[in-house]
Amino acid sequence: MNLTLKIWRQKNSKEAGNFHTYQVPDISPDMSFLEMFDVLNERLIEKGEEPIAFDHDCREGICGMCSMYINGQPHGPWKGTTTCQLHMRAFKDGDTITVEPWRAKAFPVIKDLVVDRSAFDKIQAAGGFISVNTGNAQDANNIPVPKDDADKAFAAAACIGCGACVAACKNSSAMLYVSAKVSQFALLPQGRVERTERVLNMVREMDVQGFGNCTNTGSCEAECPKEISLENIATMNREYLMANLKK
Amino acid sequence: MRTSPNLLDSKIPEGPLESKWTNYRSTVPLVNPANKRNLEIIIVGSGLAGASAASSLAELGYKVKVFCFQDSPRRAHSIAAQGGINAAKNYQNDGDSTYRLFYDTIKGGDYRAREGNVYRLAEVSANIIDQCVALGVPFAREYGGLLSNRSFGGTQVQRTFYAAGQTGQQLLLGAYSGLQRQVGLGTVKMYSRHEMLDVVVIDGKARGIIARNLVTGEIERHAGHAVLLCTGGYGNVFFLSTNAMGSNVTAAWKAHKKGALFGNPCFTQIHPTCIPVSGDHQSKLTLMSESLRNDGRIWVPKKAGDTRKPNEIPEEERDYYLERRYPAFGNLVPRDVASRAAKERCDAGFGVGASKMAVYLDYAAAIERYGKIQANKLNETNASKDRIIALGKDVVKEKYGNLFEMYEKITGENPYEVPMRIYPAVHYTMGGLWVDYELQTTVPGLYALGEANFSDHGANRLGASALMQGLADGYFVIPYTIGSYLNTQIREKLVSTDHAAFEEAEKSVKDTINNLINNKGSKTVDHFHKRLGKIMWDKCGMARNEQGLKEAIQEIRQLREEFWKEVRVPGSANEMNPELEKAGRVADFLELGELMCIDALNRNESCGGHFREEFQTEEGEALRDDAKYSYVAAWEYKGNGNYDLHKEDLKYERIKVSARSYK
Ligand SMILES: Cc1cc2nc3c(=O)[nH]c(=O)nc-3n(C[C@H](O)[C@H](O)[C@H](O)COP(=O)(O)OP(=O)(O)OC[C@H]3O[C@@H](n4cnc5c(N)ncnc54)[C@H](O)[C@@H]3O)c2cc1C
Ligand code: FES
Repeated sequence: MNLTLKIWRQKNSKEAGNFHTYQVPDISPDMSFLEMFDVLNERLIEKGEEPIAFDHDCREGICGMCSMYINGQPHGPWKGTTTCQLHMRAFKDGDTITVEPWRAKAFPVIKDLVVDRSAFDKIQAAGGFISVNTGNAQDANNIPVPKDDADKAFAAAACIGCGACVAACKNSSAMLYVSAKVSQFALLPQGRVERTERVLNMVREMDVQGFGNCTNTGSCEAECPKEISLENIATMNREYLMANLKK
Repeated sequence: MRTSPNLLDSKIPEGPLESKWTNYRSTVPLVNPANKRNLEIIIVGSGLAGASAASSLAELGYKVKVFCFQDSPRRAHSIAAQGGINAAKNYQNDGDSTYRLFYDTIKGGDYRAREGNVYRLAEVSANIIDQCVALGVPFAREYGGLLSNRSFGGTQVQRTFYAAGQTGQQLLLGAYSGLQRQVGLGTVKMYSRHEMLDVVVIDGKARGIIARNLVTGEIERHAGHAVLLCTGGYGNVFFLSTNAMGSNVTAAWKAHKKGALFGNPCFTQIHPTCIPVSGDHQSKLTLMSESLRNDGRIWVPKKAGDTRKPNEIPEEERDYYLERRYPAFGNLVPRDVASRAAKERCDAGFGVGASKMAVYLDYAAAIERYGKIQANKLNETNASKDRIIALGKDVVKEKYGNLFEMYEKITGENPYEVPMRIYPAVHYTMGGLWVDYELQTTVPGLYALGEANFSDHGANRLGASALMQGLADGYFVIPYTIGSYLNTQIREKLVSTDHAAFEEAEKSVKDTINNLINNKGSKTVDHFHKRLGKIMWDKCGMARNEQGLKEAIQEIRQLREEFWKEVRVPGSANEMNPELEKAGRVADFLELGELMCIDALNRNESCGGHFREEFQTEEGEALRDDAKYSYVAAWEYKGNGNYDLHKEDLKYERIKVSARSYK
């Protein structure tokens, strides 16, 4: 396949960026999207140009590091798929593909397609945990958990923390990300002890980090590569309400 | 190569196997809480080993700094582990015990691991599951609300705990949540997007590290009373592997060059079930979890060069070669055995797919079996064949759905309809920094945990045991063993980073970076990495022989020379520069690769993942030489291509060493 790529180039967080256009011939439909970028970068280096910086690591759709905004969609056109698992079969010969970084106030661009998502770690540090020290645990089977709750908790915990939900949202809200963690713990008996503090602290930190408000557009769920459900947001709203009543 | 007198003290405690660890714990010197506050620990790596060590040590009161090269500690490659984690809980009442897990691990490792370490691992395994559940890890459960188990290769019990095909993700997110809690409390300082590029050793002791800030390019000095390397495995020396793109040997290799011996570097695990290579563009290989061998059946056509589609080949013309050769374990033989058997069939011309370098992993039988069970559960006694298949697909989807989806995205084929094509790929490295019972390397104050050390898996690791080992090291071993060193350090003030040793280490790091940047050669980093990978795969991969290894050593030396003459690294040192990061890692792989071949050449036997073609039985099974090679090969760096061999003899007091059979 022969493609035209319009890619956001930005030297660093201080300088302004803009789109550059690249002709990318001879791409196999069996390549992953990032392998197509590897090919382009090899060619740029051979020509003495600077390769394009982008985040990636596992290339299996699980680490959450890859983060390209492709033709107006986080992670591109395939539903429930990260950039690294998107394959060139998704495109046609002759296509023009536009690639940008995540755009959100809380995710400043570091270079080209690489953004700073440390705000997510900070929210987690504010309350996304169960406070048990190593060595204090009772036998695991002393805490039975109904299978249905365990499955739901797992589905919420499958979030990979990539930030596509924020990139998809016109308000740059982090509600889906935060609510997935809040509901995972709310569903499990182990997590209920600290539920009040947890939701208040995580929501407070989310605001401090500069994420926007949720106006229920649902684009986060639609674009989430792990198809994390909007139900989590409803759960979190309930948790938040209850927590405020208790306070 | 020279062989040195034995300098290795494994520090295995005296006494009977069952009480070694208990006795150790009750007698190891402690550090009092006031002193802990003044002791700083540097942890490189935030995977299962690093994150669990960091939170546990911070909880005890130590000051901790954690480094990782990804943008968040949650992205360490532990996240990608799929199938599960072992523990001797005996929840299934199927005869499991600490002893059995210990025995399976030693046997699975082809009698090349230490009894004392492995017994401890089996002992703490049950606590790991308790700890993870307490942290909110959502393991799979049965309808009664209790934890579910499945089987992995090399065992005949069900002791593997799992969370769909995302066990590593769930365990790591659990460990990460504990880590972030400490970050929030201010007891751990996190340095993401930082790469450690050297260890600083003063008077023979590890006193700090040099790291590069990957955003600004700044070179930083960090001092500590102890340094823990939890930096994962080095499978990427083969270029193509199931590791993440950034997985590397750099931290371990720099430590090696500063005096830490490297144990059994040639012990590499080639995993039998991965998606086959599809072309030159390929950047990595994807694992299809071993758990798939619980239910999937592996086969090739009985006729060589059969070009029919798999579904057109009738049952009696299929060769279920694992079931045929190993009736006792069938499709669940250990990985090394399954991988070699696949290679044997493909080399003999029975391979399938366009490349003929693949075998089938077939779910048709399992789908039908589960469908029937499900129909019975639903009281649908007259269910049609289609209905049974549909029900069976739902069950398989619940168990393995994410793996099947991943397969389809990569290959464009639907594995519910046609058998998957699989082939072995590099997956894990049993070798690593040599450590004693306390997980200390031969450099005092320098520790290695998780996949980065060589310790518990001998010549072959059993499935679902790496997650167990990483968490055992971090949660339950290092919090005790580090006290034995740190209690001697309570009077030592933190070394100033102005010390000459820091100066020197920083200079050498900067020199290397400048050499790479200023070289302005004609070939990219990947060009060299791919060539190295090919040499390693062809000559130090699933099968090795003397001639090939000798050639490989020469070829790697030449390639290394060419690299330093011809490599081109664009951009500058003072900015985010992914090509520069890769170049540094490949430079280290180019040295490690040679040592792996030297080690493989030295070991004139076949054991576990190390298969020397000259040493096999008539049936093509690995032939060990216990009289000569029942030792850990620990290599000491002596400068450019020279290494001294130290041998740690392996003594088996409890287990009777015998030929490993899965027939
Ligand atoms: C695809 C796949 C599936 C697997 N499935 C299973 C399974 O089902 N069961 C099982 O038991 N095992 C499995 N394994 C093996 C297991 O996942 C790993 O062995 C284990 O997770 C390694 O953990 P670790 O903490 O040692 O290292 P990792 O998780 O690899 O972490 C390494 C850390 O070190 C950091 N690091 C490395 N070098 C540097 C440096 N120079 N400077 C700074 N930081 C550095 C990284 O940033 C990272 O944080 C699987 C492995 C793979 C690849
Ligand atoms: S690179 Fe890990 S999810 Fe895409």
